[in-house]
Amino acid sequence: MLLQTNSNARGANPQTNWSPDMPIISLRDVHKSFGAVEVLKGISFDVRKSEVICIIGPSGSGKSTLIRCINGLNNIQKGSIKVEGQEVNDPKLDLLALRKKVGIVFQQYNLFPHKTALQNVMMAPVLVLKEPKREVEERARALIAKVRLQGKEDAYPGELSGGQQQRVAIARSLAMRPDIMLFDEVTAALDPETVKEVLLTIRELAAEGMTCILVTHEMGFAREVADHVYFTDRGVIVEHGPPDQFFTKATDPRTRQFLSQIL
Amino acid sequence: MSGDAFRLDARRFGQGSFCSRIHWRHGLWLGLAFFGSLAFAYAQSEPEQQVPSAIATLILWLPFILKGFGLNLLMSFIAMAAATVLGIGLGLLQVSRSPLLRAPAWFVTHLFRNSPWLVILFMIMFLVPFEMRLPGGETVRIPDWVKATFAFSLPVMANISEILRGAINSIPKGQWDSAESLAFTRGQTLRWIILPQCVRRAIPPWMNWYALLALATPMASILGVREAVGNAQAAMEAAGARPELLIPFYLFLLCLFFAYIYPIAIWTRKLERKYVVAN
Repeated sequence: MLLQTNSNARGANPQTNWSPDMPIISLRDVHKSFGAVEVLKGISFDVRKSEVICIIGPSGSGKSTLIRCINGLNNIQKGSIKVEGQEVNDPKLDLLALRKKVGIVFQQYNLFPHKTALQNVMMAPVLVLKEPKREVEERARALIAKVRLQGKEDAYPGELSGGQQQRVAIARSLAMRPDIMLFDEVTAALDPETVKEVLLTIRELAAEGMTCILVTHEMGFAREVADHVYFTDRGVIVEHGPPDQFFTKATDPRTRQFLSQIL
Repeated sequence: MSGDAFRLDARRFGQGSFCSRIHWRHGLWLGLAFFGSLAFAYAQSEPEQQVPSAIATLILWLPFILKGFGLNLLMSFIAMAAATVLGIGLGLLQVSRSPLLRAPAWFVTHLFRNSPWLVILFMIMFLVPFEMRLPGGETVRIPDWVKATFAFSLPVMANISEILRGAINSIPKGQWDSAESLAFTRGQTLRWIILPQCVRRAIPPWMNWYALLALATPMASILGVREAVGNAQAAMEAAGARPELLIPFYLFLLCLFFAYIYPIAIWTRKLERKYVVAN
């Protein structure tokens, strides 16, 4: 299997008293403001290893901000975010260690346009992790094959479709061997016909046991792959549950209204 | 100049910049004007007087003027090299996260961007001593052309600093996000991801500033530097300061600079177009 994750090898972390049977991500009362605007108003949830979590909700409800906080791209004002027992909101945090554990894929792919697909995937392991180039290249080629882009190794991002670029972006994140993958509305900017190939890649990852947090508007996909669905609105979790229950027996009026608009 | 004058929208470089809508036929017109003026000067000179014609005078003094032009080129190369190195440093300081570095860099950039080159030239000429004592006790004379070169590099440095700042800011924020999420540090992100993307965007305006710099070097003649224009003036003096020399000599200087700068302008224009298409 390509996705040898670190956590199995690493096992329990004596420094943080974390062991693989505890939640891999744990959020407690997370508050985040941009200036005077409070975007997250006390979010708490746990994610267990190999779980697939979908976060849905209206635009501007803080979903993207929430997952950007999990790998430290945004800092939080109050509360606690623990990844494998390590506090993300700690100024002494080893950011390199956190980012090796948590990969993120963005709505706009954000590939490096001056590098080929293969170079995009190889860059961080070679330049940041200082891994041997030959080894990384082998892994990168395998990852590109895994996202079904054999033959596109030497194409520049500008020569690829949105869906292809997004799959390169997924491969690029996987090259860091993360334990957790965050997907921030990764299909929102894509043409409908290329959405499918990206979702297929994510579905395979989930099936291989990757811990995934998805912010998405693809309700059908959420229902199919998620172990747990969270509905956020105005910075709080309004309702959550396993997908079958969530999509059929939602109790909160806000959830019901949102689902009726989107389904 | 407004703050976004150097926002790097490649489509804007062509319009309003000095090389807009240029064509080889413009060179042809200039050449015609030059040779036409020679004919005019020749017709004016009276053959019975025993003075050499304007053309003959020009040809006689040609090596002297061209030697001066060599100094123009040398000054432009050295000044551009210095301006590039200093400008990149200043530009990077301008995007530093520390206000203690950012503020002085901003000040220096805007001071030299918004001052007349001639004033900078005079200031450097009179502020920098004509000789310098080395730690060993020897004194080294600083030639005027070196001081002039330094003076010319300052405004170009400031503009390169601003070009770089604009180019860095024009890179989408998502590039920083994805680099950060892949554990790149800020320095690594600049080095491997942001700056390589800036080079392409910054080269056409950089070349534009080189052309402006090369065209400004004759200003040094005001302070006695023996470059092409100064030498041409000295040659006209020596040849008796005859009025019919003026037009052929100055037109020759015009053609000389034109022949050098024009291909650069055309090349810049081509690169601009190429990058607009590539983007």
